[in-house]
Amino acid sequence: MSDLQKTMDFSYFPGCSLATTAAESNRSLMHAARTLGFNLIELPDWNCCGSSSAQTMCRNLSLGMAARNLSLAPAGRPLVAMCPRCLHYLRSAQTCLKHNPETRRELEEQWGRPINVEVEIIHFMEVLVRYGLGKLQANIKRSLKGLKFVPYYGCTLFRPPRLQQEKYFEGEMEDILVALGAEAIPNALKYRCCGSFLSATDPEIVSPLVNEIIDSAAAAGADCLVTACAMCQLNLEIRNTRKTKIPIFHFSEILALALGAEDYEEWFVRHLVDPLPVIKKLANAA
Amino acid sequence: MSQPYPLIQEVPLPEVVPAGKKEAVSLAAQVKERSGTELARCYQCRACGNGCPFVAAMDYTPNQVIRLVQFGMREEVLGCKTIWVCVGCHTCSSQCPMGIDIAAIMDTLRLMAMEEGVAIGKPNILDFHEEVLRSLEKYGRAHKLSIMLGYKKQTGRWLSDLDVGLKMLARRKLELRPSRVQAGEEIAQLFKCYWRESA
Repeated sequence: MSDLQKTMDFSYFPGCSLATTAAESNRSLMHAARTLGFNLIELPDWNCCGSSSAQTMCRNLSLGMAARNLSLAPAGRPLVAMCPRCLHYLRSAQTCLKHNPETRRELEEQWGRPINVEVEIIHFMEVLVRYGLGKLQANIKRSLKGLKFVPYYGCTLFRPPRLQQEKYFEGEMEDILVALGAEAIPNALKYRCCGSFLSATDPEIVSPLVNEIIDSAAAAGADCLVTACAMCQLNLEIRNTRKTKIPIFHFSEILALALGAEDYEEWFVRHLVDPLPVIKKLANAA
Repeated sequence: MSQPYPLIQEVPLPEVVPAGKKEAVSLAAQVKERSGTELARCYQCRACGNGCPFVAAMDYTPNQVIRLVQFGMREEVLGCKTIWVCVGCHTCSSQCPMGIDIAAIMDTLRLMAMEEGVAIGKPNILDFHEEVLRSLEKYGRAHKLSIMLGYKKQTGRWLSDLDVGLKMLARRKLELRPSRVQAGEEIAQLFKCYWRESA
């Protein structure tokens, strides 16, 4: 029993978006985790992973920000992130510290605590896959049958070549949501970048690209896009200037819905494109 | 295959090359070492430029950037827009038939541009990154509302995007109060950047 319990314990890194702008993603994630018996233990006093900005401005800052989070993660349980970019920077910092023991020692001295570089860092989707899709299906409370979704992973879950010797997450979103009854729509622009920070600095560059993504999803007959990344979710919503609007879900929202969450209206009021019509359509079909 | 390259791999800091000796190591060799990718393999097939979603906003295509580096055209390449427009989506890196991690080259060139204090090709993007860092320094986490307000103050574009900002506020997507780290001194220590001190 204690062993089983141990395998359900995870350190959890929410990241800045899930803690604020994408709180609905965090809430639905917590709901799903509770339902399945996962114990997500938030890293105490975590800080921003550094994001593209630290990476751009100062390499030491970039490493230091991510490494401090690693120093807060206890050994013996995997560290789970929801944001692909956070995941990428945490993993990169870990690899870096493995190869640079002196830097690691320096930071450990600075903070007065050890940095465990062996902690496994995974995305939440991987937790579900390991849990088992069969067991997941046994927990379905609301069928997703008939929901046509475009799996939109964002750029960092499998694209950076430096991840090639690590766990890739491509395909996991389809596997999970199809197991829950939904239908994946592959022929849309699911790999096209959402624009990242250019959405804040140069929206006129980003809008036409986002419009193309949405158009492609509409043309393929999708009801919605499901993102693994909170920034993608936001950019696809706010930079769409077309009349055609398609709801953009966080992966955790769809998961929690299938697991029977009832407080979804509280998440959906935080969306700029109202997802309720899609949910109603699902309910009517059931 | 050699050992995997960490993305943030340049620690501890390399020795500073004394002025005048800078040219002793070619720009291409510097970029190769720091980015950990072999840019000499590039044969200008332009897969990167054709695949890049943002190429229309760039002054040089990614393959042209590689050429500038190979030619040692330091000023042109460190001062160009392309390196700032690149968001690191790695579309180019995943499409390159020669396995060149072009996004890593862009990362390196941006860092070099910062360190060498050249005129920045796309200053509004640097302004944005600086605002993000200001928030990280203050709170340890990104506070989107203060980042956006600070960015607007720096660029003077108060009215642009006002509708989106208001929509986000109405949907409670922009938190008024920042979420923050308790151990502020640990964060402050990280902000002692070598290039900031020397500037």
